[in-house]
Formats: sequence, C-alpha cells, structure tokens
Amino acid sequence: MEKRLGKQTVKFSKAVSLLSTAAVAGQKEAEGPLASHFDIIMENAEWGEDTWEKAESKMQKSAVGRALQKAKIDAKDIKYIFAGDLLNQCIGSTFGLMAFDIPLLGVYGACSTMAETMGLAAMSIDGGYSDLSVAVTSSHFCTAERQYRNPLEYGGQRTPTAQWTVTGSGAVVLSEKGNGPYITHFTSGKVVDLGVKDANNMGAAMAPAAADTLAAHFEDTGRSPNFYDLIVSGDLGTVGKSIIVDLMCEKGFEIGENYDDCGCMIFDIEKQDMHAGGSGCGCGAITLCGYIMDRIRNGELKNVLFMGTGALLSPTSTLQGESIPAVAHAVAISAERE
Amino acid sequence: MDYTKQEYLDYVQKKSPGSKLFRNMLVAFVVGGLICVVGQAFGEIYKAVFGLNEESVKTAVPITMVFLGALFTGLNLYHKLAKYAGAGTLVPITGFANAVVSPAIEFKREGYVLGVAAKMFTIAGPVLVYGINTSILLGLIFYAFGFGK
Repeated sequence: MEKRLGKQTVKFSKAVSLLSTAAVAGQKEAEGPLASHFDIIMENAEWGEDTWEKAESKMQKSAVGRALQKAKIDAKDIKYIFAGDLLNQCIGSTFGLMAFDIPLLGVYGACSTMAETMGLAAMSIDGGYSDLSVAVTSSHFCTAERQYRNPLEYGGQRTPTAQWTVTGSGAVVLSEKGNGPYITHFTSGKVVDLGVKDANNMGAAMAPAAADTLAAHFEDTGRSPNFYDLIVSGDLGTVGKSIIVDLMCEKGFEIGENYDDCGCMIFDIEKQDMHAGGSGCGCGAITLCGYIMDRIRNGELKNVLFMGTGALLSPTSTLQGESIPAVAHAVAISAERE
Repeated sequence: MDYTKQEYLDYVQKKSPGSKLFRNMLVAFVVGGLICVVGQAFGEIYKAVFGLNEESVKTAVPITMVFLGALFTGLNLYHKLAKYAGAGTLVPITGFANAVVSPAIEFKREGYVLGVAAKMFTIAGPVLVYGINTSILLGLIFYAFGFGK
C-alpha cells in the first residue's frame, strides 16, 4: 500500500503528466479578468444549438477536442474519459462525448467534479489501466438556473450570498509519458453537512467539507500549507472563502496569502455584480485549465493544490427541507517531479 | 475545535452579508408605486377618453397591466427591472404575469403541451390555488354573515 498516504490520500508512483488542458468559456466569463487564458469563447449562450443543454454538450465536446488537438493526440488512443456535469443524469457529458467513441465513465461530484475526474483519471494511469485518460466537466448558467432555480426571465432578486453559475468547460489530457506538470497526489473527500439549508449560500454549506479535505491532505502528506505556491478551491465564493480560512485556522493550519478561490478569481465581482462570486463545475475547471495551468507552464507557480468543492443538493432535497451536504476533492499538481 | 451544527449556523449568520433592507424596500416602494401609477393612468384614460364605466375600468386595467407584464417579460426587460425593484415588481399584477410568462418562454423547448402548458404554472400555480381558495373562504364568511345583502 505504498501508494496510499493516511486515510484519504493517494500518492502516484508514476509520473502522471498533464499533457494539455483546454478551457471553453461563456460571454460573462470572457468579460472577466481571466479572459485571455481561455481557449474558446462562446459567442452566446446557445452557441448555435437549439437548446442550452445541447450547447453545454457542445462545450464539453469542444473542450476535449481542443485539449486533444493541443496534445497532438488522436481520440482513438484515449482509454477512458472521466466526465461529469450538473445536469440531471449528466446529459451534458453523455450527449457531448458520445461522438468520440471512447469508453466513458460518468462522475457526479457536483462542482467538485473537475478535481474528482482528474484524480480518477490519474488513478487509472497510475494503476496501469490506461496510458492516456481524459478528465472533463462543464456547467452552463442557463441549464443550471432552469434545473435548480427559476426561469431566466423570472423577476427575482438574488441575495448577497448567492453565486453565479459559470458557463464553461475544462478538459485535461493525462498521460503516463510527458514532461509535466504532474499530478502527484489525490485527496478524496468525505460528505460533510453542518446543517446549512440556504441554497443561496453554498459557500457556507461547502466550506466545512473543503476544510475537512484540506486538513486531511496536510495530515496525510505531512505537507504544510506553505509547501504550495497556490492552494485554490473551486467555488466557495467570497463567503465560503472567508469561512474556510477561519475553519483551517481552528484546525491548526494557517492558510492566507497563498490561498484563493476560483469563484472569486473568475469574475470582477464588484464590476460584474456577481454577489458572492462564481460557482459551478465550470468555475474551477476553466480557472484551472486556463489561468492556473498557464501560470504553472510559464514557471510562476510550481506547486498547486486544486480543490473542487461540491454542494450535493438537488431541487428535490431542497424542497423537502433537507440541509446541504457537501464534498471536496483535491489534486496536487507540481511543475517538476519530486 | 469542531463546530456543532447550531454553532456553525450562528457563525455563518455572522459571516454572511445581509441584504440591504432599507435600500431594497425603498426601491420596491418607488417602483411598485410607479407601476400602480401607470395602472391608475390607464384607468383615468379609459374613463375620460373611452367613456368606460367604473365596473369596466376595473376589468380593463388589470387586463392592460397583465399584458404589459407579459410583454416586458418577453422583451427580456422585466427581470432586469426586478433585479433592483424586488417586491416592487413582484407584488403588482404585472409580477403575476411575469411568473406565468417566464416559465412558458423557458420551457418552450420541451414542447407546447408538457413544456409551455405544464410548466406555465410552476411559479404562479400556488398563487392560484391559495388565492382562489382564500376567496372562496372569504366569500362563504361574507355570505354566512349576510354582508352580501
């Protein structure tokens, strides 16, 4: 069990290399500060399709297509695609990726999906079951709104703690060969629920699960938060971000300067009037696949801990008055091998 | 230290920014009032120009306002005003039109029967159910105590 560290972490013995990444982003995201790091910008929410759901499928297809193109890999050489999204029965992934004709393993981790699919894809390679795997996820503001909340034209007011679902899809190609950056560790998280019921305050609902996974990662690996140039959570938003700093402090880990959240990075929150920031699978996915990977590749960042954070609610559980359980998964990315 | 659920909820309450109640109420009051002024104006016009009697005006004004609410929803404008106005656009009858028309537009892709028609009342349905039942109840009380005579 030398690959296993502690209770929740695996350390990959092979050099699992991130061959390429690609990010597809929507209009609002392209108006934000990270615009120059996205590979493809959608001209509108429909993107030439007759439904938003089809547009989301096209986003995943395009993200994977572009990532394969960048890695100069033929789709038929990929052994597995690990994919997920927020839609019922994950139709964004299944409808979008069908054409690639590659075995597909569907994953639902709500907004933690990017980290989860990357961790699983890395495991498939480290386990010797695959030499090339793809991880992909997406979210679309319009498909998420109609599934979880109200029709777009409905006149309602959003609370200050509400987050905005990012329209975006991120894909990574992982290989057992390549010169990095490498995925070195994967810490999978437990479902944690501290009783938050407000679906408009997901940051607060997810922060305890995020803190739990982060603490487990440091305990399992023996690393301190200082080891990382950047610790980044997927979509805790401004409220969750301030909560997790407190929670980690109480657990005896100081995170501060080197910690940020994709939900706070992807939009200019004040100017774009984003309330508590971005959310959704796509939020962490395109921030990682675009902006953060660019910074790793150009040498600005060496060690990054990317943690996807997912609120595991459904419209049914919300209507039935249940609180919001959450989960967080983390992958450690290094520019060099140890 | 680990939080109990109650301790965590209390802590979250402190950490989460609240809505700007005073500003929201003020904007709601002004916009809601203005919508009513528009309704009143139509009423006066119907009386003065078209010579409608009081009873007909009471029918014509809501019809006009519902039409306008639906029109501005279709023009992708109502929710933009509602973002600032909140209850000011929700409470008047235009808000009811918006609640019916917005799902009708959104679910058109699911077809005219199970999409538009079925989803049309997902938001407004409860208003109809409890609104109609309340009027039946009040009507019965009215009748029982003989106020109707």
